[in-house]
Amino acid sequence: MPDTNSNSEAGGIPQFGIPEISIPPISRRRRVTDHVMTGVAVLTVALVLLPLFAIFAYLVYKGIGSINLAFLTQTPKPVGEPGGGMANAIVGSMVILSIASLLGVPLGIGAGIFLSEYGRNRYGDIVRFVSDVLNGVPSIVIGIVAYGLVVMRQKHFSALAGGVALAIMMIPTIARTTEQMLLLVPQAIREAAYGLGVSRWRTTLSITLRTATSGVITGVMLAFARVAGETAPLLFTAFGNQFWNWKTDQPTAALSLQIFTYAISPFDEWHRQAWAGALVLIVLIVSAVAAVRIAVKHGTLAGA
Amino acid sequence: MSNQALPRPRFNAPEPERESKAALKIEARTAPLLQGKVSEIPDAVFGWAMRLCGLAVVALLGLIVYQLILGSQLSWHAFGWKFFGQSDWNPVEDSYGALPFMYGTIVSSLLSLVIAVPLSIGVAVFITEMCPVGLRGILSFTTELLAAIPSVVYGLWAIFVLVPILREYVQPFLGKTLGWTGLFTGPPYGIGMLAAGVILAIMIIPIISSITREVLTVVPQHQREAVLALGATRWEMIRMGVLRNARAGIVGAIILGLGRALGETMAVTMVIGNRPEIAKSLFAPGYTMASVLANEFTEATGDLYLSALIEIGLALFFVTIVVNALARLMVWSVTRGQPARSLA
Repeated sequence: MPDTNSNSEAGGIPQFGIPEISIPPISRRRRVTDHVMTGVAVLTVALVLLPLFAIFAYLVYKGIGSINLAFLTQTPKPVGEPGGGMANAIVGSMVILSIASLLGVPLGIGAGIFLSEYGRNRYGDIVRFVSDVLNGVPSIVIGIVAYGLVVMRQKHFSALAGGVALAIMMIPTIARTTEQMLLLVPQAIREAAYGLGVSRWRTTLSITLRTATSGVITGVMLAFARVAGETAPLLFTAFGNQFWNWKTDQPTAALSLQIFTYAISPFDEWHRQAWAGALVLIVLIVSAVAAVRIAVKHGTLAGA
Repeated sequence: MSNQALPRPRFNAPEPERESKAALKIEARTAPLLQGKVSEIPDAVFGWAMRLCGLAVVALLGLIVYQLILGSQLSWHAFGWKFFGQSDWNPVEDSYGALPFMYGTIVSSLLSLVIAVPLSIGVAVFITEMCPVGLRGILSFTTELLAAIPSVVYGLWAIFVLVPILREYVQPFLGKTLGWTGLFTGPPYGIGMLAAGVILAIMIIPIISSITREVLTVVPQHQREAVLALGATRWEMIRMGVLRNARAGIVGAIILGLGRALGETMAVTMVIGNRPEIAKSLFAPGYTMASVLANEFTEATGDLYLSALIEIGLALFFVTIVVNALARLMVWSVTRGQPARSLA
């Protein structure tokens, strides 16, 4: 038994006698502090969840009564006339978001491929840092940039300018999530492809990217959900429109812009429609986020 | 020693690993790829195309800086540094000073931090250290939902729900109990700096709490066990074993939240009152850098007016860049660039 060498891996329990030390009981003060702090933590959770429920309850309560066929199929009516809807804004939002996705998604995924496949070095670190920084640029500032880039040249507000602004906001998010997803693909799979004589670009596109497809799509949808509700960069790019517009070089209505205009107006009828618009917008975004959550079972993207 | 398994004979080939479904799928896909000769040119083209995409991200930042500096030239030459020190904002006389907006941005953001920081750290601690495992996923999902709500919807809710509550209950109470500080005086409009701070706090809680959670999860488990083994209660374990180790990361999370609050536009514009004045009382209306852009950019008639607004945008851009870069570095110092570990 005293031979400690033989059973050292079995836990190595010291064999000398345990001295009779009396462990003082946890004092009343410490016990109470422990309980109080647990209570405080629970309270903070309640305080944070309260506004969430309040917002959703209010949205549903105010919004659901105002959503009807007219709201979804008609354009806004002039002040004083009841009825009318936001159909043109819903379509306008979709047009702007499509333009944003067409511009932002390929570039974002490309940057993500660069970061994971070619950017394991100093240059990659620079791009990584810049895209994190870009992620924090206020959306209104991006609006100014799109104004200078597109609106000033075209001489008028347009859906294109709105799309450019939102695309700039999508790129960093997509790049970083694509990178993370591609890095999860085991190196062995790439090597297997190289071993079979497949070229590098084909491996990247048909093997690596293909394997990570669901994750990459998740990232794209997250970026999409993030910009779908943006208002600030559209204020002086897409500008808004009370009528139907199908041209991408003309001022275009967007759901979020319409909500803003109606919310700060003094008319009850418009307030009602603002709630309805907000409900439609939230339903669109939350269903996208929930779909993402289900698609990626244990959110590798949580907190991204 | 004798009863241990003998080493495998050298000549035995290692057993083939069981082929996973994914590997089989890939095998089926690679078959058509192998036909034809491999040329090096497409590889080089693809490699450079991807590098170009990476470069585009950097170029984008450059473009933003270029556009902002170009746009603000006129105002910079007209006012110089005085622009940031003068509080007169008068488009009619073409006299512009950014001080009230900077004041509003700073005060509303700090106010939101005062409210949001204890709450989000409490939530993060609860989710990582106290909460039953089954509840974790639901709670983190719900707090993330808060982040998915668009700013304009927060603003809408703030105008019609938060502001009346502040006006009827909170502001009279604060005025009565804390009026002597000078921060809570004047008529309770509801709309004003306080409303902006509260709605901002609600908006940045998800960011601060999710990053704090991330940081708390990377604190090694044995730190907790060591403190508990010394006889600490759970709270003492959290305070000494967890929070103290995660300090830098939590500060990073808070600064990241600050960065978001500084640039937040719509919700603030809708409740802050939009008056370019510097007032000590939080009940008074104010104006922020982001909301002056939102309100006046499309209406700016003169070139100097537009240029002054773009200069405000430039200042906002630089402040948020510095704040964000600082925060990223602090979070990285704790998580070492690891991707967020999932708790769900």
